[in-house]
Amino acid sequence: MQKIMVCVKRVVDYNVRVRVKPDGSGVMLDGVKMSVNPFDEIALEEALRIKERAGGAEVVAVSVGVADTQQQLRTALAMGADRAILVQTDAPVEPLAAARAFLALARKENPDIVFLGKQAIDDDANQTGQMLAALWDRPQATYASKVEILGNKAAVTREVDTGLETIEVDLPAVITVDLRLNEPRYVKLPDIMKAKKKPLDTVTPEALGIDLGQMLKVVKTDPPAQRQKGIMVKDVAELVDVLKKKGLIR
Amino acid sequence: MNKILIVGEHDGAHLNPAVAKCVTCARGIPGGEITIALFGADTAAVAAQAAQLGGVHSVLRIDRAENAHPLAAILAPQVAALAAEHTHVFGPSTSFGKDLMPRVAALLGAPQVSDLMAVESAHRFRRPIYAGNAIITVEADPARKLVATVRVASFEAAGVGGSAAVASRSLDVALPSHTRYVGAKTAGTDRLDLQTAARVVSGGRALGSAENFQMLFRLADKIGAAVGASRAAVDAGYAANEMQVGQTGKIIAPEIYIAIGISGAIQHLTGIKDAKTIVAINKDGEAPIFEVADVGLVADLFQVVPEFERLVSA
Ligand SMILES: Cc1cc2nc3c(=O)[nH]c(=O)nc-3n(C[C@H](O)[C@H](O)[C@H](O)COP(=O)(O)OP(=O)(O)OC[C@H]3O[C@@H](n4cnc5c(N)ncnc54)[C@H](O)[C@@H]3O)c2cc1C
Ligand SMILES: Nc1ncnc2c1ncn2[C@@H]1O[C@H](COP(=O)(O)O)[C@@H](O)[C@H]1O
Repeated sequence: MQKIMVCVKRVVDYNVRVRVKPDGSGVMLDGVKMSVNPFDEIALEEALRIKERAGGAEVVAVSVGVADTQQQLRTALAMGADRAILVQTDAPVEPLAAARAFLALARKENPDIVFLGKQAIDDDANQTGQMLAALWDRPQATYASKVEILGNKAAVTREVDTGLETIEVDLPAVITVDLRLNEPRYVKLPDIMKAKKKPLDTVTPEALGIDLGQMLKVVKTDPPAQRQKGIMVKDVAELVDVLKKKGLIR
Repeated sequence: MNKILIVGEHDGAHLNPAVAKCVTCARGIPGGEITIALFGADTAAVAAQAAQLGGVHSVLRIDRAENAHPLAAILAPQVAALAAEHTHVFGPSTSFGKDLMPRVAALLGAPQVSDLMAVESAHRFRRPIYAGNAIITVEADPARKLVATVRVASFEAAGVGGSAAVASRSLDVALPSHTRYVGAKTAGTDRLDLQTAARVVSGGRALGSAENFQMLFRLADKIGAAVGASRAAVDAGYAANEMQVGQTGKIIAPEIYIAIGISGAIQHLTGIKDAKTIVAINKDGEAPIFEVADVGLVADLFQVVPEFERLVSA
């Protein structure tokens, strides 16, 4: 194991209740707390554990986004990544565009594994890892809940609708992580200080020779349909009564 | 003309009910001709089921030993090859479809609409973002192919009564050997399927243990319900991972959803928004679940669940 690349996305913090702008032009993002996508923290944690078990390997955190994404990459460096690369752009980045950027970086860096989150909690797309694997022509193991490195192979247990599935992939491979893979470590203050000295490179899409052009145009953003306010019942007898009357149970 | 290819999920014996929902979604595309593609070692039985779905023009069987297990790396190049004849390629928003379809999209250089929830025209769709806190309308370039996963909770199942032509297809596509199926640990119970059940009983962290969770299974058995769980209950090991409902678990639309000891975090609510009736039992009257519940009861679950079970007839 020489090198592990981890994709880290800057997203609205999961505790923020996102609201739609009244004019339907998008969601309100001004002054909102931004964080590392929670799945990507799990991805990075797994990379760090593999590095620690193997007694070495370089962990490179990468991202595509605005200049401020440096904050999230600094968090990744504080967690333990060795260096970071930001592909900087102000344009919205669709999953296929992100995958193209990661392909360019993977070709440069030649990692043994690229870890991504299973989904970003802003666009909820659940696409980028699979797309990178296709473009790179390498195996994909999505929704990982267990990763075992066996020489130049990995056995990955995946969370699927019917339970758990295990597949074996040759390395290099793309692995996307699910919630129960691990519990990410907390960042300590000295780590934050140390992270300031770690290398964080910024590159432009042009320098990588890629086009991040959008293919889907967002024409409108609406709030979700609201549910009608319901009723409160005083005890189970009344609850069962209401449900029986509605014909929902017998 | 729009030609829609649906990748039909199945387990060799049964067509996944999500496929009938994809058909309904595809029927929303004006002037569309629908083809279902089935990949497997022997798809005869499931092809017969697919051919019965109303509105389906044809069913393609791609039987090949390598297709015995649905590995995205193996299936994607085959789907991409078939897509040459189609304008749209749809799959269900299940773990099968979510894994496979983006790989297909990338091979085609096409964009993907994930969790498609409404068709406005052949190239205009609605889908949720931010855990369902916003719904976007997206427009795709008609000159390109479009890949989508269909949010199954948003569509009714297409009825049977069709009689589509079934044909076998052999594709001259080289398949990689870098990805191998090892095995599966499935729940394999005779319990109702969470994604298709009309009734769902679901439990949260408040259950406190896997033993206590059995209470919910007993109630569910009594009323003919499937059992779901919050992430907290799954993380704590009270319930199996495939029972998780929510943004990153299953998105369901039962007739009735009974949430017991679940606070109602936004990530959970996004999974149950389409339930017809939501019932909440929680000892905290301020719990956010009550903001979406049609019927709410503030009570200690350990007192009321056994009583609930007694009061309903099997
Ligand atoms: C990236 C990400 C993705 C996530 N995806 C999901 C997802 O898909 N699905 C999901 O569910 N969550 C998801 N979560 C987690 C979510 O934010 C909540 O943490 C989780 O839903 C809480 O589960 P809970 O309601 O069981 O637990 P809690 O929030 O702890 O609530 C327990 C509730 O039980 C009540 N209670 C306690 N004792 C009793 C009693 N004796 N009787 C009655 N009521 C009682 C309490 O009042 C409380 O409301 C995700 C989080 C993140 C960060
Ligand atoms: N712009 C981006 N920058 C960094 N990582 C990204 C970006 N977009 C997607 N990813 C990675 O891809 C995963 C899945 O994202 P998505 O396909 O958008 O749901 C995320 O968890 C990240 O690991």
